[in-house]
Amino acid sequence: MDVFSVSTNVDTYVTGFLWILKLTVAGAIGAVVIGVLLAAMRVSPVPVLRGFGTAWVNTFRNTPLTLIIFFCYFGLYAALGFSASDNIDLNNYWLGVIGLSVYTAAFVCEAVRAGINTVPAGQAEAARAIGMSFRQTLSIVILPQAGRAVVAPLGSILIALCKNSTIVGTIGLAESSSAMKALINANGDAVIPIFLAFAGTFAIVLIPTGYLFGWLANRLAVKR
Amino acid sequence: MSADAVLYDHPGPRAKLRNLILTIIFGIGLLALLWWIYTKFDQKGQWAGQLWKPFTSASTWTDYILPGLGYTVGAAAVAMVLSLIFGLVFAVGRLSEHWWLSVPSGVVVEFFRAVPLLLLMFFIFFGVPFLTQKPMSTFWAVVLALTLYNGSVLAEAFRAGVKSVARGQSEAAYAIGMRKSQVMQSVLIPQAARAMLPVIVSQLVVLVKDTALGYIISYNELIQLGINNLSANFGNVVQAAIVVAIIFIIVNASLTTVAGWLERRTRRSGRAPRATGLPVPAGAVQTGEAAAGTF
Repeated sequence: MDVFSVSTNVDTYVTGFLWILKLTVAGAIGAVVIGVLLAAMRVSPVPVLRGFGTAWVNTFRNTPLTLIIFFCYFGLYAALGFSASDNIDLNNYWLGVIGLSVYTAAFVCEAVRAGINTVPAGQAEAARAIGMSFRQTLSIVILPQAGRAVVAPLGSILIALCKNSTIVGTIGLAESSSAMKALINANGDAVIPIFLAFAGTFAIVLIPTGYLFGWLANRLAVKR
Repeated sequence: MSADAVLYDHPGPRAKLRNLILTIIFGIGLLALLWWIYTKFDQKGQWAGQLWKPFTSASTWTDYILPGLGYTVGAAAVAMVLSLIFGLVFAVGRLSEHWWLSVPSGVVVEFFRAVPLLLLMFFIFFGVPFLTQKPMSTFWAVVLALTLYNGSVLAEAFRAGVKSVARGQSEAAYAIGMRKSQVMQSVLIPQAARAMLPVIVSQLVVLVKDTALGYIISYNELIQLGINNLSANFGNVVQAAIVVAIIFIIVNASLTTVAGWLERRTRRSGRAPRATGLPVPAGAVQTGEAAAGTF
């Protein structure tokens, strides 16, 4: 693979994957935090919160991520003037993280809600019977038990998040897909090795991760 | 838990007051956010009538938005048909007892499920022309990438569906002397397919959303025509993006509703009444229909 003996090409490749890693980590934290909050809102006793949660999920689950990232750039940054940093790359990075978190949070919310539904009703009834408030019921009794059923769908959502973070390249961040496009256009004779390098890295990281989450879900599954 | 009302008591006077206060605080916060967005848009002149007027004229719709929607749905439909074929072939291949069929099928399916769709599209659109010395049309780049990815997802779904058919079915088929291919073809796949119908429709939703990636390689789908070309003519990027987002939400929400209706229908008509030779009490069949009527 002569194309990867040129050090600038290797730099492009490594930078691309570092951006993907940063996007995935920040996006995952944001998505899980917002998603759990949204799930709590959707089962809460306040109707406005329930409506807000439902509206959020229905809007962001049915819109393509490409359009959401587009909105982050043209709507948040250009029209609303929201700027996270003066460095263009960092700014695009945070816009991408916001778009990814907001989109993935809708899926996390649905997964957490499905997990909440697997917890037997007797748990919540017992919690209420000893006088726990809604917040205490959710945080002390329900969510920890729901977590065991949430691991499997959460795993596939996080793997999808890692793959979706390549879309942030459309607003100018030099991540993996943009790096691969640049390398292919510059080295037309080494197309297959370049593709195998990029796709192979994703496959080597994500396929074992998928199996790991499957094993974890099996370990944590509750036999009912 | 079936009813969320299990998580909190029926609200008494204090809870009602607390809910009211929370509603007011959250409502004010939401309104403040919307007001901030409104004023920011106003500062940049985004509420100007001329930016929104193009959407009232029919030519905007027939020149940009409807053709874009047509190309999006067209690519999704072609990709759906091809993915179904791909998924069926590789699911059967992975379930085969010959290792030289099941291992390569497994490798292909796992590989295409792990590679990001955008990477596949870039490779097919930018890379393959270097190999074949011929330009690649954007339509086929989008459709092939979607087929490879969604076909792999559907292959896994079909495999799960075939494994979920009751074991007695295949055991009985083998017991009356059917070969593996006959068992697959006549017994397992028809039953798996009926259960997989809602999964297929929800994958269609994913397909429609993923055709939006075609915008990145300049395929003339809804985002390209409805936002880029439209705003190039009228200068209203954000407005066009909002309208296109609403169209996407409507299309995908309808498809999701159809998927949910299909799932309820297949769950309801699960088992046919057994022909035992005894007169079936009229109530038994009716209750199924009556319960269905309440949905």
